[in-house]
Amino acid sequence: MQRALPWIALVLLLAAPAVLTPYTYDLLVKIMVLAIFALSLEMLVGMTGLVSLGHAAFFGLGAYTTVLLSPEYDPGHAALLLVAAVGAAALYALFVGALSLRTKGVYFIMVTLAFAQMAYFVFHDTKVGGGTDGIYLNVRPVAGAFDAGNKTHLYYGVTAALVFTYGLLALIRRSRFGHALAGIRVNEQRMRAAGFATYAYKLAAFVIAGALAGLAGFLLAVKDGFVNPELLSWHESGAVLLMIILGGIGHLRGAVIGAAAFVLLKEFYATPAFVGAFLAEHWQLTLGFTIIAFVALLPKGLIGLPDRLRKR
Amino acid sequence: MTALLRCEGLTRRFGGLTAVNDVTLDFRRGEVHAVIGTNGAGKSTLINMLSGELPASSGRVLLQGQDITAWTQPRRARAGLGRSYQRTTIFPEFSVFENCRLCAQAAHARPLALWQGASQCRASGDIARAALQAVGLADAADRPAGALSHGGKRQLEIAMCLATEPQVLLLDEPLAGMGAEETDRMLHVLQGLKAGHAILLVEHDMDAVFRIAERITVMVNGEVIASDGPEAVRANPQVQVAYLGGH
Amino acid sequence: MDFATFLVQCLNAVQYGLLLFLVASGLTLIFGIMGVINLAHGSFYMLGAYLAFSIAPLFGQQFLLMLLAGLLLSALFGYVLEWAFYSYLYERDHLQQVLMTYALILVFEEARSLLVGNDVHGVKPPDWLAGTIPLGELMTYPVYRLFASAACIVLAIGLYLVVNKTRLGMMIRAGASNRDMVRGLGVDITRLYRIVFAGGVALAALAGMIAAPMSSVYPGMGGHVLIISFVVVVIGGIGSITGALVASLLVGFVDTFGKVFFAELSGIGVYLLMAVILVWRPEGLMRRGY
Repeated sequence: MQRALPWIALVLLLAAPAVLTPYTYDLLVKIMVLAIFALSLEMLVGMTGLVSLGHAAFFGLGAYTTVLLSPEYDPGHAALLLVAAVGAAALYALFVGALSLRTKGVYFIMVTLAFAQMAYFVFHDTKVGGGTDGIYLNVRPVAGAFDAGNKTHLYYGVTAALVFTYGLLALIRRSRFGHALAGIRVNEQRMRAAGFATYAYKLAAFVIAGALAGLAGFLLAVKDGFVNPELLSWHESGAVLLMIILGGIGHLRGAVIGAAAFVLLKEFYATPAFVGAFLAEHWQLTLGFTIIAFVALLPKGLIGLPDRLRKR
Repeated sequence: MTALLRCEGLTRRFGGLTAVNDVTLDFRRGEVHAVIGTNGAGKSTLINMLSGELPASSGRVLLQGQDITAWTQPRRARAGLGRSYQRTTIFPEFSVFENCRLCAQAAHARPLALWQGASQCRASGDIARAALQAVGLADAADRPAGALSHGGKRQLEIAMCLATEPQVLLLDEPLAGMGAEETDRMLHVLQGLKAGHAILLVEHDMDAVFRIAERITVMVNGEVIASDGPEAVRANPQVQVAYLGGH
Repeated sequence: MDFATFLVQCLNAVQYGLLLFLVASGLTLIFGIMGVINLAHGSFYMLGAYLAFSIAPLFGQQFLLMLLAGLLLSALFGYVLEWAFYSYLYERDHLQQVLMTYALILVFEEARSLLVGNDVHGVKPPDWLAGTIPLGELMTYPVYRLFASAACIVLAIGLYLVVNKTRLGMMIRAGASNRDMVRGLGVDITRLYRIVFAGGVALAALAGMIAAPMSSVYPGMGGHVLIISFVVVVIGGIGSITGALVASLLVGFVDTFGKVFFAELSGIGVYLLMAVILVWRPEGLMRRGY
């Protein structure tokens, strides 16, 4: 049953547009984009054991690249923009990774945060990205018959990207490269003693994760038609980390489930109809307590829930 | 016979403290060369410098005549320098087989071959099975490594070292915490490995050392005070005073 | 740049660096002794600033008294917070600590929002500190900034004395280099941790109070100082107070002079500094020790 879940989910996703309202449709696309973002971080944290607190930098960079390279009043070329966004994110990931991976543990967490903040400042303080106001993508890109401005096209495009990302990571996981990453996560010293050049492996993982985050950024920019510096903020980095914890670290499904849970939770907590006007306005409070409760009671995330319930 | 592994004038200083002072030793194929000494004698520091985990303050390390002093640990491992640890460093959540297979993979890494599952890599699988067979863990291959007994884990530690197909084995207290029967089994394994490898054995178990070693080096306060065959070492008055006397 | 301007910028750099030192020393102690990475540390700074804003009217001109009151209140707050929350984080892995303390930030932000609102505020320095002194012929320098630097120096000296000359300090130094050993020696670890934590919170909050009359009191101030503090700790080395001091001053100078020479892009100067240090000395400028 567990192994069939991703396939069932896929079938549901493909069939969904037929039955959804515009609001839920939008929500679903948002969840899928964030799921790609969360999956990219899962590769770093869950597979390789590298806790990065600056992953939003690559997400935001992908988004900004997309908008900055798009013509002002004409549709850009979707494929070229995609490559540019992923490339820019990967390049920055190479720079950040090469330096950050010289450190370990808490240092690594702090350094990745700092480098993300550096990128945040570039877009926040300079005119490069329109400053705090952000910039608009006036016309969605196209590629042949594919028009990102068409909601249905976009939906299936995003679904395809999610399937690609999930599939790629699943493939990596079972490959020699993936097994080596797992070994590095559990005991890097032993891997070095066996002859693995662990720095190179970690850097490769970091760059791939950054590139995939850039892909998510591209999709977000295309979906929303708007980017602002907050996409690179540490709150965004914290949010994506939260998503994979919510879902359950160590499982690809966890990242997807976590992204969905996070988006739905935020919607829930911010809707007065569900929680009342007071709490809705102060949703950060509820979210904060939820996180604390989660980490304390369900450290394995939602994926661990069935086991937890079974033990009772 | 030339040495497979050799260190010359190897020294390591930590601020004002000299942990290892001007040590020159040879390790030859077909020999178990034991290094003994009390705690703080510098044995761990020595083995860490040989494996590449700790840079030397001065001196050289030579593998088959080649100067590897500046080489990183992974590079030395790929060149044939294997190591086991005093504190068990296995992967507890993986199976016993996967523990070995992963180590064997280092020489058959092919990281770009993403389409092939790791379990389908025949080379690393075969080497892993051979290593497990050599130490006597073949039956436990599918069990999670964390579930092994202490002795089993120490055996796995050796198997993982063997899985990298090394020429030189740096073994750091492989017998630690083992009972008599397990010690016998391990010594039997080491005896079988002698022919193909040069073995450095850091150990506290004196009986085991005298049973198996061709050569014994005694270290005190970072310096070598004797390096000879077992009988000569046993008879050496300095050694008796410094180390064996109170034993 | 003429000498007077240069002097002004140097004074600014030192003042900013010293303020950073107060925040960073708390952060590095908490990590060095208790092994907890505390994202909420910036919130303590923010809370201190908002506290100053809230109680300043009560104290009028008695500025020093207000600082003392703030110090005691925040130390008490820290003591209780450690007991109620942080003590549960010690045995958890870094990821869980990151998330829990991140959640705490959200809670603090909302608490502040509920108690004092989200507006940007200013705090007036007391009259006896509000003037300026002349520097050379054309420039003047605010007295309050000199006071801020002086206050930080006094606190830094106090910290040095406590850490190096008292029994408590001895336990702190031992704990920073070997946590398990200190535990094994039978020191009352629970009390030690609680005191250290309270101290760290008090330092950060006090820094916020001192900073309030100079910069505006605004909701995001915690986040910004947190990340810069992280940079300081990375550069200076975890657990090292001396390292934190050197790194803070370095960051102070890079940031201040960066603003003068590079205006827009000055914000990234500090991170570039960190990048350079990482290439050169990945473990920080001072590895361990005071």
